[in-house]
Amino acid sequence: MAEGDARSTMLSRLTRAGEKGVLRFITCGSVDDGKSTLIGRLLYDSKLLFEDQIATLERDSKKHGTTGENTMDFALLLDGLEAEREQGITIDVAYRFFNTEKRKFVVADTPGHEQYTRNMATGASTADLAIILVDARKGVLTQTRRHTYIANMMGIRHAVLAVNKMDVADYSRSRFHEIVSDYLRVAETLGFDTITPIPISALHGDNIFSPSRAMSWHDGPTLLAHLENVETAAEEVANRPFRMPVQWVNRPNLDFRGFSGAVTSGRVAPGDEIVAALSGKTANIARIVTADGDQPEAVAGDAVTIVLDRDIDVSRGDILADPKARPEVSGQFAAELLWMAEEEMLPGRSYLLKAGGQLTPASVTTLKHKLNVNTFEKEPGKSLKLNEIGVCTLATSRAIAFDPYSDQRDTGSFILVDRFTNQTVAAGMIEFGLRRASNVHTHAMDVDMSRRAAMKGQKPGVLWFTGLSGAGKSTIANLVERKLAEGGRHTYSLDGDNVRHGLNRDLGFTDADRVENIRRIGEVARLFVDAGLIVTCSFISPFRAERQMVREMLEEGRFIEVFVDAPLELCMQRDPKGLYKKAKAGEIRNFTGFDSPYEAPETPELHLRTGEMSADEAAEQVIEQLIKNGLIG
Amino acid sequence: MSDIATDLKNYAGRFLAGANPRSRPLSPHLKALEAESIHIMREVAAEFSNPVMLYSIGKDSAVMLHLALKAFYPSRPPFPLQHVDTGWKFRDMITYRDTLASALGLELRVEMNQEGIARGINPFDSGSNLHTQVMKTEALRNAMNSHRYDAAFGGARRDEEKSRAKERIFSFRDDHHAWDPRNQRPELWRTFNTRIRQGESIRVFPLSNWTELDIWQYILEEDIPIVPLYLAADRPVVERSGTLLMVDDDRFPLQPGETPQMRRIRFRTLGCYPLTGAIESDAASLEDIVLEMLTARTSERSGRLIDHDESGSMEKKKREGYF
Repeated sequence: MAEGDARSTMLSRLTRAGEKGVLRFITCGSVDDGKSTLIGRLLYDSKLLFEDQIATLERDSKKHGTTGENTMDFALLLDGLEAEREQGITIDVAYRFFNTEKRKFVVADTPGHEQYTRNMATGASTADLAIILVDARKGVLTQTRRHTYIANMMGIRHAVLAVNKMDVADYSRSRFHEIVSDYLRVAETLGFDTITPIPISALHGDNIFSPSRAMSWHDGPTLLAHLENVETAAEEVANRPFRMPVQWVNRPNLDFRGFSGAVTSGRVAPGDEIVAALSGKTANIARIVTADGDQPEAVAGDAVTIVLDRDIDVSRGDILADPKARPEVSGQFAAELLWMAEEEMLPGRSYLLKAGGQLTPASVTTLKHKLNVNTFEKEPGKSLKLNEIGVCTLATSRAIAFDPYSDQRDTGSFILVDRFTNQTVAAGMIEFGLRRASNVHTHAMDVDMSRRAAMKGQKPGVLWFTGLSGAGKSTIANLVERKLAEGGRHTYSLDGDNVRHGLNRDLGFTDADRVENIRRIGEVARLFVDAGLIVTCSFISPFRAERQMVREMLEEGRFIEVFVDAPLELCMQRDPKGLYKKAKAGEIRNFTGFDSPYEAPETPELHLRTGEMSADEAAEQVIEQLIKNGLIG
Repeated sequence: MSDIATDLKNYAGRFLAGANPRSRPLSPHLKALEAESIHIMREVAAEFSNPVMLYSIGKDSAVMLHLALKAFYPSRPPFPLQHVDTGWKFRDMITYRDTLASALGLELRVEMNQEGIARGINPFDSGSNLHTQVMKTEALRNAMNSHRYDAAFGGARRDEEKSRAKERIFSFRDDHHAWDPRNQRPELWRTFNTRIRQGESIRVFPLSNWTELDIWQYILEEDIPIVPLYLAADRPVVERSGTLLMVDDDRFPLQPGETPQMRRIRFRTLGCYPLTGAIESDAASLEDIVLEMLTARTSERSGRLIDHDESGSMEKKKREGYF
């Protein structure tokens, strides 16, 4: 009987376990502050260490330990990678887990030194709470300010000031209060919801799981009691406007079309009206489907599949949202950027921006200022180096839907990816959209591209002629346009002459200006395509990244890259505008092919060697390519 | 415990369209973990062209597959299952694997390193290191190469072993399938960098943030059928240097004077039978297992002989491409 009771008690305890869900927190501090000791203590006291792990720990403590003869070096338990154990430092984010009866805890254990700011930011990006560790003997240091700043910047709402090593500070109440008031001067200027100071000794366990006898003067909670009871953002997020970024279109058969995703904020029920943020189209929710049956509502945190009452254009990357409180939609916005790569950030360079399921080329147009994480001061700067933070303006090739990061972490954040190495180079937190576009929601138009194109009896697209000056781009483009016009096609031609003198006359020839030049040309070409035209563009456009950027502005198959290829000697000989002569004489600098590089296309749709054929033959090949691509019949 | 084949058939029926709603709500922390895993799986389905689920038949794989069935419902998981068979798995595992795959109607691909078999590699004579290297690591590499998978789900959890605590959820592998712990992509929020070049791949660990207890509690609450070897029964074993090994077939070379004895045992983890230690236990139901877990004092990987060589051994294997 007694055994049966124990059994049912344990099972009912288990089913109650985790009733408060999951709390994710980050520990900030260095090994010297006792960070690893604190985490080890939490694991040890929550009885999460198994006998064999303790045995390994005892053995390793003797071999590598730094805490003295008879104490266990908890840090060894945590520092997973061999290199770290040898160097005695923690270099990467490690995740630890422990459960109490109330909650499951996910701890991001990150290094404290300035050169690992990016690691700390990574751990902080998913955390609800930050434990800022301070050594009672040292008090508030520069790194304490830095950790506090980053935690706040990454959107953590609850800070715990854990004043550690109270055992070697005589458990002094006045020392604790001194540190607390120093700290509050730093942290109160930031936006935390709660700041909770707790005096602890991680080594001896004071105020971790049970109240410290040596510090009976402390009238606040123990660390664990606070972690178990602190309210996470979950509830508050559920009361914000509805958002669900669409991850995957669920289409098992012709009768079912649902949009799968995780609700990031708010709640929604069948019958509610939603808007697809990017297209601006609205529909009502018909069903909320899960493998556990249809649900009467979906709340922030739920992974569901939403079926709408009518077919509207929704695909991966779009955000289903509350039509009365829509996300912003813009191709330009201000954001805080944390640079995470060795190679520095250059304004104007094209990166890939990933925000939820949205992926688009983007560049930093302006670095407004850098932020000194130690002093919280703004500093001027032209670029961002590894671990530096700056407030920037970014421009994307395609408009994206987003919220300010301070409102919504999931829909307000993005990463930047290097287009060639594929490394994640930056983390971004959006502040606000720029330009009028930000609050002018795309109005769904009844006459669209396909209708305009159908009226002209053609499929619109861009013929992009790239190559050295004098290779024959404009000559061929001119012939092509003539042939198209003769065939009754509707065309337009863009080249340096009609763009540089008007739209782009404010731009020079620096790298940043070249990127902006091509971006604007791409946008104009895109509008002409939307108008149903076949557009010829003749630009040297020396860099692959820029040509790729324009390609990605258009639907697949609508960008036809024509590499007009002639040897440099031939181009210099032709020299139709006398530019090579000027370059040789030193009158022009940064002239492509001469003293500035040309990146030839790797896989152009068409490769014309103009040294080996007449301009007319070349134009004929372009026409054939248009037929092959299905743009003209 | 009823017949496993019937259990698996009933289980598959739960994922047909018009399935029954669950009777009781999932514990809040499991619901959060479930939603996180589902989010990860959908990202993979949306962003990769040739993903696969590395399926190893054990409890973690059972949970991972269950999550995939839920993530894409009412669609089927849009990827096949890939099992790397060393030829030394418990017979019950293979029966369970084949019955489940056919009941669910999922494509199951099995890779076995034929060259290793021809060389006579086996866990008894070759030793656990060589056997694992050839029959597991190399076989996995062969499967990745021949099918050109660009993403592969694995059931590894961060709480299993120290080197895993620092691994990303989307873990980049170069074109030799190697992991470089010094050069991992930062992973922020729920935004995963899935960009790779030809030949490179990503290992994806949707169970990263689950613990062993979470897994068992989820299996219990979701009523997921598992290989019966996890439950205690009388089975033939021999004891070698403190480890209980089950004599699963007649390939087990008995040493002079060694006779298998029937002991009441179960397994906390399943792998190659000659390399997997059993524990003595009376836990014959899922509830019993969870109760045993709550009072357990030995971590689960201690039953795996391959981790023991030295503390850094798992990290070494992972750099070489072990799962």
